[in-house]
Formats: sequence, C-alpha cells, structure tokens
Amino acid sequence: MASTAPLVVRASPLRRLQKELFGSRLDGLISIALLAALLAAALGFFRWALFQAQWAVLSANSTLFAVGRYPVEQQWRLWLLTTLLALATGLSWGLLRAFPGSGAVRALWPRNDRWAAAILGVLALWRPMALQLTLAIQARWWGIAGLLLLARWAAGRYGPAIPQAFRRLIPLLWPLLYLVGMVLISGGLGLVQVPPSEWGGLLLTVLMATFAILLCFPLGVLLALGRRSELPLLRWGSVIYIEFIRGAPLITLLFLGQNILGFLLPGGLAPDRVWRAAWVLTFFAAAYVAEAVRSGLVAVPAGQLEAARSLGLSVPLALVHVVLPQALRVALPATVGQFISLLQDTTLLSLIGLLDLLGTARTVMANPMFLGKNAEVYLVLAILFWSCCAALGLGSRALETRLNPHSPSAPQA
Amino acid sequence: MTSRSEVTPWWRNRRYLPWLVQGAVALVIGVVVAFLLTNLLLNLTARGLLLSWSWLGQPAGFDLAETILPFDASLPYWRAMLAGLVNTLRVVIAGLVGATVLGTLIGTASFSSNGLLRRLARVYVEVIRNIPLLLQLIFWYFVVFLALPNGRDALQLPGLVLAKSGLFLGSPELVDGVWQAPLRFTVEFGALLTGLVVYTAAFIAEVVRGGIASVPKGQWEAATSLGFPPLLTLRRIVLPQALRVIVPGLNSQYISLAKNSSLAVACGFTDLYSVSETTLNQTGRAIEVMLILLGSYLVIDLVISALMNGLNGLVQLRER
Repeated sequence: MASTAPLVVRASPLRRLQKELFGSRLDGLISIALLAALLAAALGFFRWALFQAQWAVLSANSTLFAVGRYPVEQQWRLWLLTTLLALATGLSWGLLRAFPGSGAVRALWPRNDRWAAAILGVLALWRPMALQLTLAIQARWWGIAGLLLLARWAAGRYGPAIPQAFRRLIPLLWPLLYLVGMVLISGGLGLVQVPPSEWGGLLLTVLMATFAILLCFPLGVLLALGRRSELPLLRWGSVIYIEFIRGAPLITLLFLGQNILGFLLPGGLAPDRVWRAAWVLTFFAAAYVAEAVRSGLVAVPAGQLEAARSLGLSVPLALVHVVLPQALRVALPATVGQFISLLQDTTLLSLIGLLDLLGTARTVMANPMFLGKNAEVYLVLAILFWSCCAALGLGSRALETRLNPHSPSAPQA
Repeated sequence: MTSRSEVTPWWRNRRYLPWLVQGAVALVIGVVVAFLLTNLLLNLTARGLLLSWSWLGQPAGFDLAETILPFDASLPYWRAMLAGLVNTLRVVIAGLVGATVLGTLIGTASFSSNGLLRRLARVYVEVIRNIPLLLQLIFWYFVVFLALPNGRDALQLPGLVLAKSGLFLGSPELVDGVWQAPLRFTVEFGALLTGLVVYTAAFIAEVVRGGIASVPKGQWEAATSLGFPPLLTLRRIVLPQALRVIVPGLNSQYISLAKNSSLAVACGFTDLYSVSETTLNQTGRAIEVMLILLGSYLVIDLVISALMNGLNGLVQLRER
C-alpha cells in the first residue's frame, strides 16, 4: 500500500490527524481510551469549577494574597511601584522591538506582540472584575495596563529618534528601579518604615525571588571560576562549599538560618527573619548556579584563554572579555532552569512561618470561614506559579536565539 | 621607562602572585570563620548550650504518629530520630521505585506512534515541572487524600481499600466502622509518596527521553531491517546504549528525590526532618540537631551516588 503512494504528500489536516491517532489498531484503542479519559476529566473539572467551587475565598482575601498585612495607608507606595514597573516594562518591550537583532525584520507589532497585548488587555479587563474589586481599584488596574501598552507603543514608534548616548543609559533603568522599589517597599528617606514582618503574599514571593536571583548569579559565577581555578585553596574552598550546599535539603538550610544564625553573630546583629531566609535562599541558589556556569566554562576551549593571554590580556580581563561571554551563553538554559527552581523554592518559606503566597494561603485556610476551600486556592496558586515559570522558560529560549551567533536574528558584533 | 619595565615588581611576579592571592583569601576566610566561631562559643556558653550529646539519652516525651520501629514517648530522643530516619528511608526507597517506573513509562511514551499519547507525555512534563513541589504535596494531602470517604463508602477493590484512614492491603475488613488489615499505610505517607513520585517522574521522563533520543535513528532502522520486533529492538539494541546516558542523569534525580522527601512535614508525615524540628523545639540543641540532620542527608546522598556509580560502571561501554 505504502509503496504505491507518492513520496511527498501534503496530506489534509484531517488525514494527518487520522494517521496520528488511528495509525494502527493498537493506536486506535489507545486514542479512544485517552480521548474518553480526557473528556471525562474535562467535564468533571468544568462541573466542579462552575457549580461546586466557591471562588469567594479569593475575592475576599485578594489584598492579603497580593501584599499580605502591608499597612493600608501605605499601600499607595506599592501602586506607585507597580505603575513605574509597568512603564519600564512597556519602554523596554518597545525598544526591544524598535531595535531587533540585525537580520530580523523590524515590525512595530509582530504577531507574538499582538497576542501578548491582547492577553494583557483581556487579563486587565477581566481579572479585577472577577476578583470583585471596588471600581476605584479596577480603574487603577485598567490605567496601569493602559500605561504599559502606551509606553510600549511610544517606545516602539519613537524609540529610534532617541539619541544613542541617551539610549545606552536605558538598561540602567532597571537596577535604579529596583533600588527605588526597595525604598518604596521598606521605607526610609522620609517614608514611614514598614518592617519585613508586614510584607506578605505575592509581594514577598516576588521580592524574595528577585533578590535571590540577582545576588546568586554573581556569587555563582565567582564560585564556578573558583572551582576551575589553578590555585588549590580557591578550588578546594569552592568545591567544599558547593558540595556541602548541594548535599543538604533547602528546608534544613532555611531551618539552620533561622535557628543558628543568631548564635553565629554578636547579639542584635543578626538580620530579621525575612532577610535571613532571603540570604539562605541566595547562598543556596549560588551553589546550583555555580554548577550551571561550570558546565558553560567547560564548553569554552582552553585555547580561548591562552589566545587572550598571549595577546597580552591579564587573566581577569581575559576571563571577563573572552571566556565568560562564551561560557554564560552556553550556560544560559541551565542557569535559567536554576532561577525557575529558585522561584518555586520560595514556597518553602511558608514552612518556616513566613507569609509568602503559600504561607498566606495556609493562614487563609485556617480561617473557619474558608475551611475546605483548599482546591480553589491551591489551583489558582498552581496556575500563577506555572505561568511565571513557563514565561521564564520561554524568555530564556528567546534570549538563547538572540544571543546565538549563528542564528539569523543575532546582533552583529 | 625602559629600565623599569624590564624588572617586574614583586607584586606582579608570576612566582609570588598565586601565593599572594591565596594568602589573602585564606586570611579573609580565617578571619570570618574565627569571628563566627568565637561568637558561637560565647553565645553557647552564655546560654549553657555547649556541645553535648547526653540529651540524646533522655526520654523524648512526644509520640510519633507512624513508625515501623516500635516507639512511644518514654523512649529516648535518639530512638525518635532513628524512627524518623527509617520513615525517611521508607518513603525514599518507595519513591525511587515508583518514580523510576512512572518516569520510564512517560519517557518512552514520548516516542509513541500515537500522536495524542506523545503530546500528553509532553504536557505532563511541562505542567508538573513548572509547579512547586511543596504546592503539589499540599494539594495531594489536603485536596485529594483528606477528601477520601471513610468507613463503608471507602474506595474498595479486591484485596485493597483506600479510605481517609489510610490504604489497607491484604483482605481488609470493616470492624465497627473502622477498616482493619494486615498492611496499612497512612494517608500522610500516601500523599507524600504520590507527590514525590508524580513530581520526580516528570524529571526522570526527561532523562529517559534524552537518553533514548541520543541513540542514532540508524540503530532502530538497522534492527528493524534485520527483522527485530519493536519491543526487542528497544530492549536489546536501544536501551543498552541509552542507559549510558540515562544512568548519570538518574543519579542526580534520585538525590533530589531523597532531599525533597524532607518536605514531608507539609503533609504531616513524621520523617527525619519533622522529628528533628520537634526535638530542637523541645531541647533547644540547635547545633547538635543540625549536625545530625545534615550528616544523615549527606550519608543518604553518598549511598545513592555510590550505588548509581556502581550501576554506571556496569552499563558503560567497556573498552580494553
């Protein structure tokens, strides 16, 4: 039968589907069983989600899930920060499109962006309503989403008109914004102090994750370089540190941070519980990032360092300008993988009594009013974490193609 | 100018430079460690908690919900920790077996000729990997296992009953509304095991998929053209080659399963970590408890590594 068919056939989609699902008798049976199971699961889920689930637990606690017990009269600072973040995101997004890697077609609104903008618009319109927020707060979310899209449009449209000297300063916006955000959240410089014990929910989770991600990366690179160093002290020090951290479960290290750090530092010098956990997360992730970076360093041929040295570069200069750029590009997927696990690991903070997203969920569950509403809350948390992790993974893949010197969309050096 | 450039200053001399750098690093590490240890000694002396192990012999005073070794509150602390360690080992070993079986099934399913099965295997991996394990464990415990019916309504299969009071194996009977059976597992154990198996299986599936994908397609085609049936091809031709890639990858997944088992505390299972936490809260012996805890996990990791390295030696290609 197959031999009489022409070699290249562009079968109709229906035909291809039939071949994929019912290619042989066994495949057909498997497909029917799977389809029946999927259908039953989908029906059961929708029946539960539409008729049995009570989503009031989320709308009643939406502020708690968002910022924890952050004082109400100080929450304008978080709104301001969200607005600034939206502006910076829109600006960066627009500039990224205004200056694509050479070879890629420059388009103001490529198809992916239209999708992203549409999803953002739908989320911004639907989510505040679904959470039954007051009209004033709904309007704020609409305004923030509108600002983001406006900044995106303006940067994409007028980005090329910005003078180059000024444009090169724009990436500095993000570290600056991070510092501004820290001040806005914790207070100081004339703002009322809000102690870390009052931060919670999504705010705490995002803060912990970004803090640890930002700091563990340089630490990890140093450890990886130390492990590959010719100096025995540096090498063995790094090896012992990395292997010790990787041999212990994170929860025991967090526990250690909470219980032993107080003994190791003179009285009163030990940081607050939240910051202790943040530092433990950082030092923990650094060991794993070090291993990811090491895999990249191994991939750089020894001749690269030798060539750079023979051209007169000192070892640190050769590492920074020749070896690391190549190594980090190779290590990028593994490193982002570690960042994703770090984001997931922030849930462990709930086990040492901090009120991150999961910790907040557990306290809400303990409230007799919301007893037994586990499924609703945990489902939403799972969707939230899944989207963030999947987005990080997608971003990593996009960055990989952009940095790959052999891909058509790579910027010319 | 010229005369100066000929003589390298001593602080840039390649002969001394490494020692200088190492000396500086050693100094920094030494000062930090000395600072921390001095504080530790001062603080411990001030609170009367200097290193001692005699408290391990005192009666624990708390009971454990579920143990294999007989245990009650009058037995000493070291027995409590031992019981916790045995519980940890029990869930780790069961989890390793379960995750390997499920992971291999899903990993091979991504090579199925059935398009739906192939895509479902991908969806499984992508969904499970991107949701925190702790959230999954809590979900299994509170949403699935604690919602099981009890008594007569329990899920009954021949020789097996799954109820809120546990999983009963080997001809269970209902006595006064309570299930009785020779073999019983609690729902805490069940939730932890299910969570660990489902989560780790996603990672193992990726390892298995990578291993099978690393075998060149020509190997399949050659075996088929020699008349090998598909299953025999997989067993005799592809797997022996794929295992060389799979076994090192499995090693790290097994170790993370062992470490992840410490999240048992989230679903109320009394493993080593949970017992240690209670012990620390009762005795205040932070340093000793942490040493035992870290040491135990290190030993478990090393044992798994040693076993997997032995297995690796068996599957690697032996050249003369």
